[in-house]
Amino acid sequence: MSTPSAALEYATRHRLRGWEALPWVAALGAFFLFPNYLAFGTQVLVMILFALSLDLVLGYAGIVTLGHAAFFGAGAYTVGMLAAHAGWSEPISGLAAAALVAGLAGWLSGWVLLRTHGLTLLMLTLCTMALLEQAANMFSSFTGGFDGMPGLAFKPILGLYEFDVLFFRSQYLYALAVLFLAFIALRVLVHSSFGRSLTGIRENLLRMHAVGAPVRARQVTAYALSAALAGIAGAVFVQATGYLNLAVLGLERAAGVLIILILGGYGRLYGAFVGALAYLLLEHTLSKAYPTAWQLGIGLTLVLVALYARNGILGLAEALWRRWSAR
Amino acid sequence: MDLASILLGGLAAGMVLFVVSVGLSVTMGLMGFVNLAHGGFAMLGGYAIVLAMRHWGLPFFPALALGFVAVALLAALLERTLYARLYRASELDQVLFTIGLIFVMIAGITLAVGPETQTVQLPAWLRGQTDLGLLKYRTYSLALIAFGTLLMAALWLGFERTRIGAQIRAAVDNRRMAESLGVDVGRLFTLTFALGSGLAAVGAGLGAEILGLDPQYPLRYLAYFLIVVAVGGLGRVSGVFFAALAIGVLDFVLKIHFPKGGTMFIYALTIAFLLARPQGLFGKRA
Repeated sequence: MSTPSAALEYATRHRLRGWEALPWVAALGAFFLFPNYLAFGTQVLVMILFALSLDLVLGYAGIVTLGHAAFFGAGAYTVGMLAAHAGWSEPISGLAAAALVAGLAGWLSGWVLLRTHGLTLLMLTLCTMALLEQAANMFSSFTGGFDGMPGLAFKPILGLYEFDVLFFRSQYLYALAVLFLAFIALRVLVHSSFGRSLTGIRENLLRMHAVGAPVRARQVTAYALSAALAGIAGAVFVQATGYLNLAVLGLERAAGVLIILILGGYGRLYGAFVGALAYLLLEHTLSKAYPTAWQLGIGLTLVLVALYARNGILGLAEALWRRWSAR
Repeated sequence: MDLASILLGGLAAGMVLFVVSVGLSVTMGLMGFVNLAHGGFAMLGGYAIVLAMRHWGLPFFPALALGFVAVALLAALLERTLYARLYRASELDQVLFTIGLIFVMIAGITLAVGPETQTVQLPAWLRGQTDLGLLKYRTYSLALIAFGTLLMAALWLGFERTRIGAQIRAAVDNRRMAESLGVDVGRLFTLTFALGSGLAAVGAGLGAEILGLDPQYPLRYLAYFLIVVAVGGLGRVSGVFFAALAIGVLDFVLKIHFPKGGTMFIYALTIAFLLARPQGLFGKRA
């Protein structure tokens, strides 16, 4: 009876399941249970959003990129520069501006870069990010450069809730709300016919060409949408911390988000949640006391994941669950 | 600085880039393996060279030879045990695996040696200036240019005039055809992987003066190595040579005129170049 059940799975996989409420309940619970860790929690939420944006291009469209921090940084610098130089510090319109700028950057670079593939594409995404990083470095009198721009102030959210640099209460809920909305949009998107055609392109490029799907247009659109989401993540990051420097554009951040997504499991949306929480919890507890051991551990984990656990934590959990329920 | 000095300084830096990257180009061309950890092998070699000189009192050149052999052996070992499992894996798995390897190497070196920058003690005859008639220039930079040129000549002879070289060229152009003619591409790959990594080790030792040597080396120059390889064309030694020289000179000039963020232009030029010629300088159209 494997065929009907597989068909049933395909036909119903867009439906909401009960456990899908779990992350949101947990996130709200954490707000009340751990009031002293809300700054950390905000960081986790931002990284989940960033990893989700990567999941759209990497997990669904199958585009391997090393330079996704370019768009996180584009969004971060958009709200940062608007607040510092133009006095535009209203947060929600700031998010829209960040999404617009990052999405435009994604659309332009995607339109140009997605002609290539393989190593060349990998390298060009890396180059684009390095290009933006160096540009921000070159105009450091404007952008703050390596030293950054401390003390960026933003207006209260909706004119009601102040960003509090010490307690992060409003930042946490703000990041959670943005993440929730973005997640809903993304979930609808990947289960739409557009999302299905992205999966088709990932699985069999030739066949998608053969059935007449506009492959490159789909890829560019996905890339631009993903860039816009990454830009929103970067913008929330800057608004929440009030701080901005070149690290938002760096290879470390791009590699970090890739590791988070792979660790959690890509192409399944919830991998971003599991990966970000696991990675940042470990980083938070280990990296201050033993920074080198942390790096060694992450390196070994990556090697092992690449060799043995290609679907990450959720993939492992799923395999265990299958084995357990088959008994 | 006048034009000749800028040119010589840039060429010396380009030669270092060439020595480090050439192995990466051949192995990527041969197997299509995205080996981001190539700079990691270079760094390990650089450390082997520095430490052998400091602790065992080895002179510069024997230390370079030692670094070459040690890294070539390590690379062959890792290739047989780990890399070989991922040849058929997706690009993403290869990227993850090699990024993981970079982290392990960085952490390993930081734990074993420490995070500070290492310096190489050059032999007396390589220090100081040499009078070229028209201008005086640093002897070491001139020696680097001479070494890089000789290496290029040796590699060219190796690729064009030996049996193994012909096999490598054949396998880069059409792997399946080469295999069906009886070329053992797997063995060839182990060999080039080991030799390429060994050369990278020598490059890191020779270039410690110019590129520096610290645990962050593999990440800091990752983009440069990849640019050199992609611009030169996968598996094209002469392409890598000219790409490395061009980027060395360009980088040198930009660092003088735009000390902050000047490398931006290198990235922009690379993007423009690869869009116009995705196959690189001398690569064949796929």
